[in-house]
Amino acid sequence: MNTVPEASLSRKAVERASSGQRTKDLMFKLMLLLSVSVGFVVLAALMLDVLVDGGSRVSLDFVTSFPSRISPENTGVKSALIGTIYLMILCAVFIVPVGVATAVYLEEYANRESRLSRIIEVNIQNLAAVPSVVYGILGLAFIVRGPLGLGPVLLAGALTLGLLVLPVVIIVAREAIRAVPSSIREGSMALGATQWQTIWKQVLPGALPGIATGVILALSRAIGETAPLLVIGAATFARFNPEGITDRFTAMPLAIFEFISDADTEFRSAGAAAIIVLLALLVVMNAGAIFLRNRYERKW
Amino acid sequence: MEATSAGAMGSPRPDVYRKQRTPRSVGEAFVKIAPFLIAFLILDGVLIALVGTPAIRILLLAAAVLTIVFVGISLLFGRETAIRVTLLAAALISVLTTTGIVFSLLQETVVFFGEVGVGEYLFGTKWTPLAGGESQSFGVIPLVFDTLYLTGIGLLVAIPFGVGSAIYLSEYASPRVRRILKPILEVLSGVPTIVFGYFALTFVTPVILKGLGLEVGSFNALSAGLVLGVLVLPTIATVADDALTAVPGSLREGAFGLGASRMQVSVRVVLPAALSGVVAALVLGASRAIGETVIILVAGGQTTNLTLDPAQAMQNMAAFIAAASRADIPSSGPEYGAIFAVGTTLFVMTLVLNAISIRFVRKYRQVYE
Repeated sequence: MNTVPEASLSRKAVERASSGQRTKDLMFKLMLLLSVSVGFVVLAALMLDVLVDGGSRVSLDFVTSFPSRISPENTGVKSALIGTIYLMILCAVFIVPVGVATAVYLEEYANRESRLSRIIEVNIQNLAAVPSVVYGILGLAFIVRGPLGLGPVLLAGALTLGLLVLPVVIIVAREAIRAVPSSIREGSMALGATQWQTIWKQVLPGALPGIATGVILALSRAIGETAPLLVIGAATFARFNPEGITDRFTAMPLAIFEFISDADTEFRSAGAAAIIVLLALLVVMNAGAIFLRNRYERKW
Repeated sequence: MEATSAGAMGSPRPDVYRKQRTPRSVGEAFVKIAPFLIAFLILDGVLIALVGTPAIRILLLAAAVLTIVFVGISLLFGRETAIRVTLLAAALISVLTTTGIVFSLLQETVVFFGEVGVGEYLFGTKWTPLAGGESQSFGVIPLVFDTLYLTGIGLLVAIPFGVGSAIYLSEYASPRVRRILKPILEVLSGVPTIVFGYFALTFVTPVILKGLGLEVGSFNALSAGLVLGVLVLPTIATVADDALTAVPGSLREGAFGLGASRMQVSVRVVLPAALSGVVAALVLGASRAIGETVIILVAGGQTTNLTLDPAQAMQNMAAFIAAASRADIPSSGPEYGAIFAVGTTLFVMTLVLNAISIRFVRKYRQVYE
């Protein structure tokens, strides 16, 4: 008899491997399948619920009309859609340079062991876990009121959302930069290029698909954020489009919030229709990310 | 072969060599940049004079100052140094963000505790900060209780199903099934939370809960908590899956070799081996659930209830912050301060949870990587 004296754990396993174990195994597998299906069933139910409630309300009129407080049939999301698009463009203008510069610094320049880069790294990790509503407080205290004092305008919303999703861009961009093999850098340096020339002409072009994916990922998180915009005091109902970066604005999630928290439940179908529009935007963005990844991703 | 202008060595050089500039004197370099710099500054100045809004003026002014600083550093210490400093400055924005969050929270919180006692806030059992006059009270216990209660309901859903999904993905699913299932799970975590809120309000409460014959209000903790659980399920599943797949195959092979069944391998060998990573996943899920705003705001109601009855309306800390900042309150006084005090409480709670999670992740990394 061979025994495995140190592994009491495994010996138990041998003893129990009887026919009773078979049914237990099957039950266990069924339970696991049930767990996996929970996520999918809810996702399907959610999509179905939204489509049934709002599918018939989605039309060209819906996206080209201003919202209405009195008639649920004629309300629309024009101002919210325009606001969201402006918000995303401004947000990208902010997060692309700052996020990529941070990633480049941490990957190419920073000394891993140095105190400063450790602080920055722990910081980014922690920022990624801060609840979005807390960023709203930051935006309220620093950007809307306080030192910058912008008021609840487009620029303030974009900066707040930008700070919120910056960790996402940084984390993904760092991975993309790390994936560029060091032989590329060494080759460039050996030909006499400076460090920045190497980064600008070799590393960044190589990491571009990954960085673009990260930016889209970050924007698709920003586009659905409601809480920070509510806290900074952005409008949930607006019968006007923002015309400059210092204009007041509303956005899709806020419009949805306004529709579904209206006491008149007639507005809920408009809320569902607005959700469909928002999800459609998200699908387009994610399809873009997948396309970029498949089309341009380089295998080194 | 002819020597290029690049150096005194006299040997032919590829094009890229010429880019390695010989250091110039500061004056020489300045003369070269000066026209561009001056043109930029004049343009910027004209814009500042023309634009009416102070915000844009500040931005333009900042652009001018940053450009001057950049040019200055590159003239004195070289372009590479200037770039390095610029990148470092960008990296420091994240540190500034944290400082900004802490500062903005503490500033108003300190003022708040000047008006409302710390004891009254921490141990009071009546939370009615927005009520006027006599009935106004700032005891945070009901709000914290509701937050934890809602998170608890969520975790009751998310932990078993999340860990179950993770075990299935890492131990049972074939690579092909896994490649399909995992992205779909990630789609679920990419759905905006306002959509989950809508789902809780218009489907889970009226169709499922009332359909089951439960006597729940149109805003109730049960529906909000259950949907909250579904929201954090993918987080728990993907992080736990990472931990489980990091367990080396040799452990599984050893157990299989001793005749263990797949279930025994999963539950008695792989799960214990990846325990710290799985715990990290749970803590991360809890931290996400605690900070969720919109689901609770939309489906949980606007009142706090110190009760164990999940059919009642409940509000968590994040939803209070959002609701209160929308309410028409003056930007000074204890009502306004309460937003920041609750924000501080929430921030500290998630920070502690995150620190715990990072510690656990580090532990399993140390073992297997």
